[in-house]
Amino acid sequence: MSSRFYVGTRKGLFTFEKGNSGWSQTGADFLGVPVPMLLSDHRNNALFIAAEHEHFGTKLHRSKDGGKTWDELEPPVYPEKPDDAPLIVDPWRKVEVPWSLKKVWSMETGGNSDGELWCGTIPGGLFRSTDHGESWELNESLWNRPERSKWSGGGYDFPGIHSICVHPEDPEKIALGISCGGVWRTADGGKSWTQNAHGMVYDFIPEEQGAAEPDSQDPHCMVQCRKSPERFWVQHHCAIYRSDNGAESWTEVKDVSPSGFGFAVAVHPEDPDTAWFVPAKKDEMRYPVDGKFVINRTRDGGNTFETISKGLPEGPSYDLVYRHALVVGEDGTTLVTGSTTGSLWVSEDGGDSWAHLTAHLPPVYCVKFG
Amino acid sequence: MPTVSFSPNIRSHVDVETCDVSGGTVREALEAVLLLHPKLRSYLFDDDGSVRKHIAMILNSEPVEDRETLSDATQPEDEIFVMQALSGG
Repeated sequence: MSSRFYVGTRKGLFTFEKGNSGWSQTGADFLGVPVPMLLSDHRNNALFIAAEHEHFGTKLHRSKDGGKTWDELEPPVYPEKPDDAPLIVDPWRKVEVPWSLKKVWSMETGGNSDGELWCGTIPGGLFRSTDHGESWELNESLWNRPERSKWSGGGYDFPGIHSICVHPEDPEKIALGISCGGVWRTADGGKSWTQNAHGMVYDFIPEEQGAAEPDSQDPHCMVQCRKSPERFWVQHHCAIYRSDNGAESWTEVKDVSPSGFGFAVAVHPEDPDTAWFVPAKKDEMRYPVDGKFVINRTRDGGNTFETISKGLPEGPSYDLVYRHALVVGEDGTTLVTGSTTGSLWVSEDGGDSWAHLTAHLPPVYCVKFG
Repeated sequence: MPTVSFSPNIRSHVDVETCDVSGGTVREALEAVLLLHPKLRSYLFDDDGSVRKHIAMILNSEPVEDRETLSDATQPEDEIFVMQALSGG
């Protein structure tokens, strides 16, 4: 299960597998093309990747044979904007939010059928497929929420859905992380949605100027524990947050050293109290605190953290890990993380120690076990 | 007089405290601050005078409406907050 993983990068898709002599790169596909997101669908061994051609836009590709051959699928397409649709502008830049796909930023399997997939995009639309990605439909109940006028771009020009958490036992329950639009939940498969970023706050905005406004929150990444799905973790723009009630409300995890800032978070599939983070200097700086690249791990629900450096760079390092570039396998002990400077590390002991596989990848956008 | 304040990030570059200034619009209020802190101008505005893409301005907890000319009207009790937008990575 955790013996193969895929790495989406600024310049293509790379496959790594574990053989008799350890981990090694076994594949390189779509070279030269940004791959911001991928999905390994374990239900039917399908691999999906978003190829973001700089001249030709985003395309979806699917492989049914582990990457040997690929089909090109239609990517999610926004419908034509109706004449009576309200004008939505980015609240900060006052630029109209387009009805147009800018980036595939998240893909997850659904649970209502083996062909159900969800896809989160920039500029903020959620799409659903019921036919293994052959076709996609915009979730209009979320897209038509008036609160969308408060969403803004976080790292990109327009807002986007980067985290999709489908309840492992009830696929009608879905939670989304949106930068910057907070946390949205549905309990009816996407027919209706509620904002649930209550408790999150920006530490650099005065309270009276909207620091805790849920619709403007920037949860960089959100994950859900498979075995205890009421437990969520969020790496927010300003802090780490934990939810014990299915992402309904959030509690800040305070006093995290060396930093509560970062992008990535991974949660143990069976132990909700164990989660990993990659701390960085806040907030527009975004490099390891004091040039020391480390992994933070909590095993007690965020009460304490271990700062792990074994196997990580001993000298100065300026690697940043993006939000989708830290993952833990189903075994709960194999982890992979990749950085913006093209380094890749694997841990096979729950994060106690790390092995450096390469320093020569393109900037890493996402990692997924296959 | 409107109160103008800046995020810690901006204040790490320019030593500007919260101040009460005269001005009937956001632009006028900011210009009053810039008279006191001329170095601040290049942090907030491009060299063509437009608000920098990654600078966000809040008037009484709402983003300013007119980013082009900053013509949003201000009252004496209003609060203007200027910060860096959430960008980068």
